[in-house]
Amino acid sequence: MSGNTNKLDAPTGFDPVRRKFLSAVTAATGVALAPGVMLYGITRPSPATANVANEAVANAARWGMLIDVGRCADGCDACVSACVEENGLEGHGRPATDAQWIRKVEIRNPSTGRRQSLPVMCQHCAEPPCVDVCPTGASFKRADGIVLVDKHRCIGCRYCMMACPYKARSFIAEDLEDQKPHAPRGKGTVEGCTLCVHRVDAGRQPACVEACGDSGGGAMLFGDLQDPQSEISRRVASHATRQIRADLGLDPGVRYQNL
Amino acid sequence: MPAGPRAMVFALVILLLPPLVRAAELNDTPPSTERASMDTGVPSPGIPRGQGEHCVADTQFMRRNHMTLLMHQRDETVRLGVRGNQYSLQECINCHVVEDAEARPVTITNPQHFCRSCHDYAAVKIDCFECHASRPQAELVAGVLEE
Repeated sequence: MSGNTNKLDAPTGFDPVRRKFLSAVTAATGVALAPGVMLYGITRPSPATANVANEAVANAARWGMLIDVGRCADGCDACVSACVEENGLEGHGRPATDAQWIRKVEIRNPSTGRRQSLPVMCQHCAEPPCVDVCPTGASFKRADGIVLVDKHRCIGCRYCMMACPYKARSFIAEDLEDQKPHAPRGKGTVEGCTLCVHRVDAGRQPACVEACGDSGGGAMLFGDLQDPQSEISRRVASHATRQIRADLGLDPGVRYQNL
Repeated sequence: MPAGPRAMVFALVILLLPPLVRAAELNDTPPSTERASMDTGVPSPGIPRGQGEHCVADTQFMRRNHMTLLMHQRDETVRLGVRGNQYSLQECINCHVVEDAEARPVTITNPQHFCRSCHDYAAVKIDCFECHASRPQAELVAGVLEE
């Protein structure tokens, strides 16, 4: 009987084992093709390999964030205002439609009445549903785990906004001018938290993390989840932390402590 | 030796010579801006000069290939995180500044804007500035003006 049940269950839902197997097969195919690719690479060296300091990001890192909700004060929005300032997200005074890369969420346990306040932004999932559904390949995950929108390819269909369980993305409906040079954004495209990718590439921390340390409660910690020596990895290894909606199996890169 | 083949080669050279010479002349002809000053009656796009000594590449090369350079690099930057490449739209904008009567840099909405002046002339629509800023940031502009 149990065998039958398993067979019936198998085709429904998301199966990480099957996905891992398929990824492995794809990787093996890639290795088999490698000699041909190498020849092509030798005949046409790309600018990316010409300059060592200019190399593409590798999957040696997986950028993530740890947010200590116990230190996140109710009413403090240092992270939100830092994000607005850094990325030029000044809205039109219409909270329902203005772009929002990070927001403060108040939660309350109805049985105990305990209240907490925490920032929620793009969770930079390892298995991002926004990337799965994007019809043009605009939604993508960088090798270092940062999930981004390539606005050169975005057609503004907003499918990713529907797919994201964290409501992390916004759509721009109006013409913009004088955007920040490091954060281009424009009408007809979807956008979301970039984990301040321009700062990360320069070896700095995201603006929200910096602001939280300077004028907030110091609740946010940014780092490489894959490096066992990094502070975030040691904290994650020694403390109980949670991912929001971990049941979805998306493996977000943003983790919460004391939630 | 039969004269047939040699005569044919000679005829071919004679026939091909005028177009070749004309092509060489065209290559040497100055670009449209200067050509207009020779009073050919052709309207000029009036391309404004950049601020620096020279562009990142030869002017003629840039006129023909700037779109390819930008298109190639944008994917590398956005998707692979390659930063600090030689060609950058941001640097184009910082260098090719056109100022209005009040010494404020103009945006793409002004027909005098560096990119627009030529793109209007060539009737080629660009969508770069739907997302990218079309003039340097205020603090950068202040820095340039102080120097």
